[in-house]
Amino acid sequence: MLKILKYSFYDLMRSRWSYVYFLFYLLLGVVLLFLNNDLSKAVITLMNVIIILVPLIGTIFGVMYYYNSREFTELLLAQPVKRSSIFLGQYFGVATSLSMSLVIGLGMPFIFYGIFNSSAIWDFSLLLITGAFLTFIFTALAFVIALSNENRIKGFGYAILLWLFMAVIYDGIFLMSLLYFEEYPLDKFSLLATMLNPIDLSRVMILLKLDISALLGYTGAVFQKFFGTSFGLLLSSAMLIVWVLVPTFFIWRIAKQKDF
Amino acid sequence: MKKTFHIYFLVALFFGTFTGFAKTITVCSSCSIKTIQEGIAQASEGDTVLVKKGIYKEINITIDKSLVLLGENLPTIDGEDKGEIIKIVADNVTVDGFKIINVGTSYTEDYAAVRVIKKDGFLIQNLQLEKLFFGIYLEKSNNGKVLNNKIKGDAVNEYNSGNGIQLWYCKNIEVQGNTVENVRDGIYLEFSDNILISHNYSKNNLRYGLHFMFSDHDVYEYNIFENNGAGVAVMFSKFVDMNHNIFKENWGTAAFGLLLKEINDSKITNNVFQENTVGINVEGSNRIEYSHNDFISNGWAIKVRGACYTNSYVQNNFMYNSFDISYNSGMNDNVFNRNYWSNYAGYDLDKNGVGDVPYRPVKLFSYIVNRTPEAIIMLRSLFIDIIDFSEKVSPVFTPDNLVDEHPKMRKINHDRS
Repeated sequence: MLKILKYSFYDLMRSRWSYVYFLFYLLLGVVLLFLNNDLSKAVITLMNVIIILVPLIGTIFGVMYYYNSREFTELLLAQPVKRSSIFLGQYFGVATSLSMSLVIGLGMPFIFYGIFNSSAIWDFSLLLITGAFLTFIFTALAFVIALSNENRIKGFGYAILLWLFMAVIYDGIFLMSLLYFEEYPLDKFSLLATMLNPIDLSRVMILLKLDISALLGYTGAVFQKFFGTSFGLLLSSAMLIVWVLVPTFFIWRIAKQKDF
Repeated sequence: MKKTFHIYFLVALFFGTFTGFAKTITVCSSCSIKTIQEGIAQASEGDTVLVKKGIYKEINITIDKSLVLLGENLPTIDGEDKGEIIKIVADNVTVDGFKIINVGTSYTEDYAAVRVIKKDGFLIQNLQLEKLFFGIYLEKSNNGKVLNNKIKGDAVNEYNSGNGIQLWYCKNIEVQGNTVENVRDGIYLEFSDNILISHNYSKNNLRYGLHFMFSDHDVYEYNIFENNGAGVAVMFSKFVDMNHNIFKENWGTAAFGLLLKEINDSKITNNVFQENTVGINVEGSNRIEYSHNDFISNGWAIKVRGACYTNSYVQNNFMYNSFDISYNSGMNDNVFNRNYWSNYAGYDLDKNGVGDVPYRPVKLFSYIVNRTPEAIIMLRSLFIDIIDFSEKVSPVFTPDNLVDEHPKMRKINHDRS
């Protein structure tokens, strides 16, 4: 598996897309820092990018990579290599290279800017860690979709739909249910609903580090009590890990049973 | 001849006041007069009682004549938690330069470090109060000054702690340059009119930095209110002028920079509201002018609760607040004009510094959060941005006449000289 991971990783490192992705983040970081000299504000803008763009790119790139390397996969399948290691290797290769582009691309301008001497260092590292997690989660989901759909168009369609659902539609349903059941105590429900969507979960984790004053008000105290404590942070991180592990398990299972 | 006589008389009178009538009585541990109470008993009207450095364990020091009680090198009066320490029951009394500690705590009486009862023309200055219940308590007293005192309490619970400076039924009083921290309410006013509160620093108080009830025609300016349990509360008053104050870091589940409740015909100008959960919480307040204020990085800059009519918000800076304005009704009778909004995304084609597109400071999301507070967890979600945008294009839920027709393109530099 490690060999295939290494192969996929190097293959991607050489490919144009990784560079484009890397340069995009590098540029974003530089522009953000030069256009407004306020570090905390740059971190807020970055949050929007990470929460929306990272899952989208992870999904599209995952699906694209799987379909493009299909011939090579079939070639590999003819060899005496375990199926799970082929697919898991490919998955980890893609996810690792994407997160590396993200972390290095964004990290470099901020390091030159002097993030180490700033109080925003923890917010920033949290941002990068969440970004990496989101990459892993959505690449895994993309692989699951691609593995279960032979038809490329269908696969792409589902992938985009998945992203749209997680980023927009889920919140819509969430909000509607909050408004519909406004007579009932909703703290527990909203906590649970947040935990179940990795995008929402990442957003709230970052928000609590940034817009804390607004969230602290009134009912926000419940969320603050939950996410602000080390228990909450641990549980949120555990939830993100579960979100990586479950699709990975599905990759493994589908790959084992699939006919080629 | 008559004129010369007059001059002689005046000169005699002049020297007389200095040498003949007013004497100085010295109190110290090695003097013949060892307690402050005895010093006061020996003195007569217009005298000075000079207290040398040392520790005086006394309570219920009653000043019943018009005199100056002066501490040299900050002598300490220790109440040993037994009760009230200085009580002023005469006109024109000055208390200057003492450190007063260990005021008694009681659940039936409001023991104070210094209390003035129904008297005029007092001057209380340069005191340091520590470990107190109530600090300086003025009741039904007029025309006095409370200057440059440092009050530092150790309040933990609201029910067994007192206020730093309390004014009750007072008129024409100046409260200036005081520092009040760790008490229940930093400065408390009730039924007190024509009071000037300026250059005070009120921080880390359990409840309010400044608490105002039924007090009209008061001015408070150049004060700093920082990290108080619930900020500053101004209630049931009219003609209050608040200017050049700084309200900052009042955080917490029920904290705000400034709470206005039933305030009419007042002015709020040139203040800074920074990093408060709610900058200003307004309820039932009419005809208030808000101008040249800065609202920076608050959760809510202004939360309008209802029954607020004919207020004007002009030339303020709203920067980096999670919500600029929050309204809980669909009606608006207030004016927003020529403010700077950091969230404004319009353009200025004619380059006159005023945006060509009106700005709507109330977002749909703030309306939703008012209805269902739990929805705050959706803050900064993409979905929320989308519905906010559509509401901005065609307002349905938020008052459609609530707009700033002339939003500024750049931050307003206030002239605060």
